[in-house]
Amino acid sequence: MSASTTGARRPGLLPHQRARLLPTVVLLIGAFYCLVPLAWIVVAATKSNTELFSTFTFTPGTGLLDNLRELFTYQDGAFGRWALNSLLYAGLGSLLCTLISAVAGYAFSRYEFPGRTALFYLILAGVLLPGMLLAIPQYIIMTKIGMVGSYWSVLLPGLISPFAIYLARVYADAAVPVSTIESARMDGASEYRIFGTIALPMMLPGMVTIFMLQFVGAWNNFLLPYVMLSDESRFPINVGLYTLLSKGSGEPSLYSLAIVGTAVSVLPLIALLLFLQRFWRLDMISGGLKG
Amino acid sequence: MSETTSGPASGPATDLAAGAAPAAVSAPAPDSGSGNGARGAPPPRAGGGRRGLGGFLAPYVFLTPALALFVAFLAIPVGYALYLSVQGLRIVDEGVFGTRSEVFVGFANYADILTDSTFWAGFGRMALYGVIGVPLTLGAALLFALLLDYGGARARRFSRAAIFLPYAVPGVIASLLWGFMYLPSTSPFSHVTEELGLGGIPFLDGGWIFPSLANIAVWGGIGFNMIIIYTALRGIPPELADAARIDGCSEWRLALRIKVPLVAPALVLTGLFSLIGTLQVYGEPTMLRPMTVEIDQTWVPLMYIYRDGFIRDDLPMAAAGSVVLAIGTLVLSLALLRVTQRRTFGGAQ
Repeated sequence: MSASTTGARRPGLLPHQRARLLPTVVLLIGAFYCLVPLAWIVVAATKSNTELFSTFTFTPGTGLLDNLRELFTYQDGAFGRWALNSLLYAGLGSLLCTLISAVAGYAFSRYEFPGRTALFYLILAGVLLPGMLLAIPQYIIMTKIGMVGSYWSVLLPGLISPFAIYLARVYADAAVPVSTIESARMDGASEYRIFGTIALPMMLPGMVTIFMLQFVGAWNNFLLPYVMLSDESRFPINVGLYTLLSKGSGEPSLYSLAIVGTAVSVLPLIALLLFLQRFWRLDMISGGLKG
Repeated sequence: MSETTSGPASGPATDLAAGAAPAAVSAPAPDSGSGNGARGAPPPRAGGGRRGLGGFLAPYVFLTPALALFVAFLAIPVGYALYLSVQGLRIVDEGVFGTRSEVFVGFANYADILTDSTFWAGFGRMALYGVIGVPLTLGAALLFALLLDYGGARARRFSRAAIFLPYAVPGVIASLLWGFMYLPSTSPFSHVTEELGLGGIPFLDGGWIFPSLANIAVWGGIGFNMIIIYTALRGIPPELADAARIDGCSEWRLALRIKVPLVAPALVLTGLFSLIGTLQVYGEPTMLRPMTVEIDQTWVPLMYIYRDGFIRDDLPMAAAGSVVLAIGTLVLSLALLRVTQRRTFGGAQ
């Protein structure tokens, strides 16, 4: 946007200014492409069912409040419950996963012990396993121990993430100096105290990134809850919306419900992402690979 | 399975970890000056003088939760899947009340799957979807990353945030979102073409389903891959680009000849993630299924496996299918790393 105004103000562009125009335009096209569906869902959420199929798509409608009321009263507040479930699975799950991965990554990074390399690659190989390969036996095991369909059946398998452990190790390599650990040891601090009071705070920025990656991944996870859960009251938001849409395929009246549900489920995550963007340390993903 | 995978996987994994040390350069530690210590000194040896028995045990204690979870939710399930895949449901009791129970059937499940044309048709559809989606995702991500890195472009902060935004949208929700944008009754694109008298765009009909589905993956994937490549680009020493510019290198040549080769490891990583993601595509077609007649129960391999396991209740067959998929993933990932290794990891070290 800023490029076009600059261009209009100064008709005689210098070569280096002209070189700015094309890159800017291409970037803005990319931004536009990424924003259009989000803008559409927000506008569509304001439409009543009849407006949805009759008015021009980007004209705001008048049914936002009705839609929201309908959404949150659908099946005695099922949507709100799904949202809370998603928050539980993604929030609590990612928090625990981040802690477990940080502790493991620190151990891999800052200790040398028999079996270190073998264990690390064993865990790392887990990245390549398809979710379905794990979901089926996990489902059977959960059935055998009587936990299938419970909150635990979705929460527990999500606590182990080979990629998160890998990232935690990369970050601990970079952020926790061996000399600091050594001097704390000389002062007589125990290994656990060194980790808790010295290493953990140093690893915090990296842990925020791991938490966010896990949070988005867990919020996104469809297969595991879809396989494990049968009770609708324990569904996360995406499985809930899927069942809503499946029921509504013959019945367009459920479309506006699914649309407003989609909008409501997307907006908090976007807000969170924009808010946490400054704390992200995504460079550690590629940083670990720089040759 | 865990044992068998760890062997071949440790090849490329070594390279991933070997590159880990320079991360200290790109990721500034909270207290400055610690970088030297982190890179210079080797980790303490187990049982070394200053650590007592508690110190010797500490790494194992730290690893206990992760290892326990790894065994419970990765190693045991993988082993169980392998066991299950050679079992079969057969009628064992003769007579009227013949019951189905699990018996050892060897590789019969694998033979059934590998000779089932439906399964291979699913692979073909998945491959077509990937061939459209992956190059577009990575190409666009690389282009945007280079433009962000090139100082001349305006509105970079805004564009970066906007292009990254779809990452926050879960894949299943993104499918729903695009599904409504494709659906003839709600599509804004079809609305425009209809107003122009051209008729709607058949996003969900016939062969259109492939680009339509691939577009969902592209939309959701560009941002994350762009950030990975962009952060790798930021790690290139500025002197390198300056020297090239002084030598009269154009920005275009600078990008193609210097920047792209230097971020090749990041490109391989994003390529690997895209490959694994493509092989495991499930949510997007499942989500669009209620909206179109094109997508059936076995449209991609994972849907086929899900059908076997949870609709036909034939878990051994589903386990065999998922083992086939896992081996396929492993082979393709290793092939990708092998092909690119010489040029990227090997060349850089």
